[in-house]
Amino acid sequence: MSFWRDPINFIIEWAKGLLASIGWGPGWATTVGFVIGAFVLAAGAMFFVVFLIWYERKLIGRLQDRFGPNRLGPWGLFQPLADMLKIFTKELITPNGVDWVAYNLAPILSVAAVLMMWAVTPFSKTFFGVNISVGILFLIAVGGLGEVGIILAGWGSNNKYALVGALRAVAQLISYEVPFVISALVPVMLTGSMSLVDIVEAQTPWYIVVAPAAALIFFIASVAETGRAPFDLAEAESEIVAGYNVEYSGLKFGMFFVGEFLHAFTASFIFVTVFLGGWRGPGADQIPVLGLVYFFIKTFIVYFALILFRGTNPRFRIDQMMELNWKVLTPLSLVVIMVIALVDRLFVGAADWQRTIILLVANLVILVVAERLIRRGVKTTRPEVGSRERPIASPDNLFIQPGSGAKG
Amino acid sequence: MSGLQVVFLIVAVVTLFSGVMVVASRKMMHSALWLIMTLLGVAILFATLQAGFFAIVQVLVYIGAISILIIFTLMLTRRVMDEETTQVIKGWWLPALMAVILFGLLAGLLATWEDFQGMLNELPADVENLAAFGTALVNPAGYVIPFEVASILLLAALVGAIYIAMERKEKAE
Repeated sequence: MSFWRDPINFIIEWAKGLLASIGWGPGWATTVGFVIGAFVLAAGAMFFVVFLIWYERKLIGRLQDRFGPNRLGPWGLFQPLADMLKIFTKELITPNGVDWVAYNLAPILSVAAVLMMWAVTPFSKTFFGVNISVGILFLIAVGGLGEVGIILAGWGSNNKYALVGALRAVAQLISYEVPFVISALVPVMLTGSMSLVDIVEAQTPWYIVVAPAAALIFFIASVAETGRAPFDLAEAESEIVAGYNVEYSGLKFGMFFVGEFLHAFTASFIFVTVFLGGWRGPGADQIPVLGLVYFFIKTFIVYFALILFRGTNPRFRIDQMMELNWKVLTPLSLVVIMVIALVDRLFVGAADWQRTIILLVANLVILVVAERLIRRGVKTTRPEVGSRERPIASPDNLFIQPGSGAKG
Repeated sequence: MSGLQVVFLIVAVVTLFSGVMVVASRKMMHSALWLIMTLLGVAILFATLQAGFFAIVQVLVYIGAISILIIFTLMLTRRVMDEETTQVIKGWWLPALMAVILFGLLAGLLATWEDFQGMLNELPADVENLAAFGTALVNPAGYVIPFEVASILLLAALVGAIYIAMERKEKAE
């Protein structure tokens, strides 16, 4: 095994050899390896968030005809570092009448629940925390722990806005878990295993080609699980101030903030793992480090889509959000899973490419029919408000911005 | 004592203690949180028995769904968050007696089992107990009838819930 092909396992083997040479048994070496690995992965994820925040702010800025952070460092790259330092130095205020344990446990749980998802995801052929046989269920169960975190924050804060926010958040998360789980069953069914490693390895072709309907439902449900726009009812600023985290300050608020960003990124890489073939790509089998590159490229593409989704859609009303889940996504996902199970069973003898095409056609038919049915349900066409021509903040001179200080 | 036994003892103590705290804490909300702790302890016990699937399902169903719903109900119910509620009901000794008798019966029943004092047999790593569990659930010689009966029970509960929650339009007029 050479360093350039698989640097992570190379380092692990080297470290194991080092521990063995000072007389540690393989059992202890493995334990120490897991502890260090968990620490490195968690710390790496937390530092990664600093970059993600910059990326997202920059993109959202571009979507809204702004520059985004552009003062500190090249392209404003160091802005999140400054924000991080600011949030570290802020005073931690504990309001009167909070439930101490619940109030302090909530931010920890909401970050830990997201970080635990990193433990089972295969980043490349040889680079993953653990390969447990119920990987996909583990992801969903850990998501449940995140809900506990939110409800603890809402209740422990002793604030009505926080409580309403937590109730909204949990209602939304519990509801969207239903289509999420059902659509996640489709890859499990096609693979015959719940282990994420097996699911990635079975994806020839990617499952988004085999089951686009399930992929769409999974994507929407996982956006809802992250609780961002258009599903950010839990922290609707115009209605309930900031939702469940309204009473938090300083680093404790920072934990929720980091948790949210990390959850969005995690949701996109879970989508990649389950539907976009994970680390798979040309040459990734032979050179595992290439798999890592593919994995992150795919993840950033999905994350980009997620930010576009966030930046372009207005917030749902709560009844619309529930309607979308219970009247559209849940029945649709039930139909999808039944059709895929039936079709897959009917053509069990066919060649792989034939089955792929048949499943793809079945999925597209479902999507088209569902689209027709939803269109029929729309009673009135809303009159258009405002003009079609969008006002664009275009400067007269492209190179000299008004008010930027440059003399024009 | 092996490492696994130490883990078992710690988890068992934590689980039992949280179980007591569920009924002993003064705030309903704290009871719910202690309940989560108890269920988590049971999940860890499953994990130490190499039943990873049950551990995950325990977390998923009991913590992720049931205790969240309990907390939800607590939040929506008035006046249960007060600290002034009495903790002990009248005639508390009867349920206590029943619980003790039930525990005795179960323990007695288990004591007649031949492996009661045996140690944990570690499964070989290549045994796929999840697949065996799956086939047992749909095997006519296995547990297909209890499984189907449980499904019908859940379906009935679902229908009942929808019936209760449904708006009755004819009565409103």
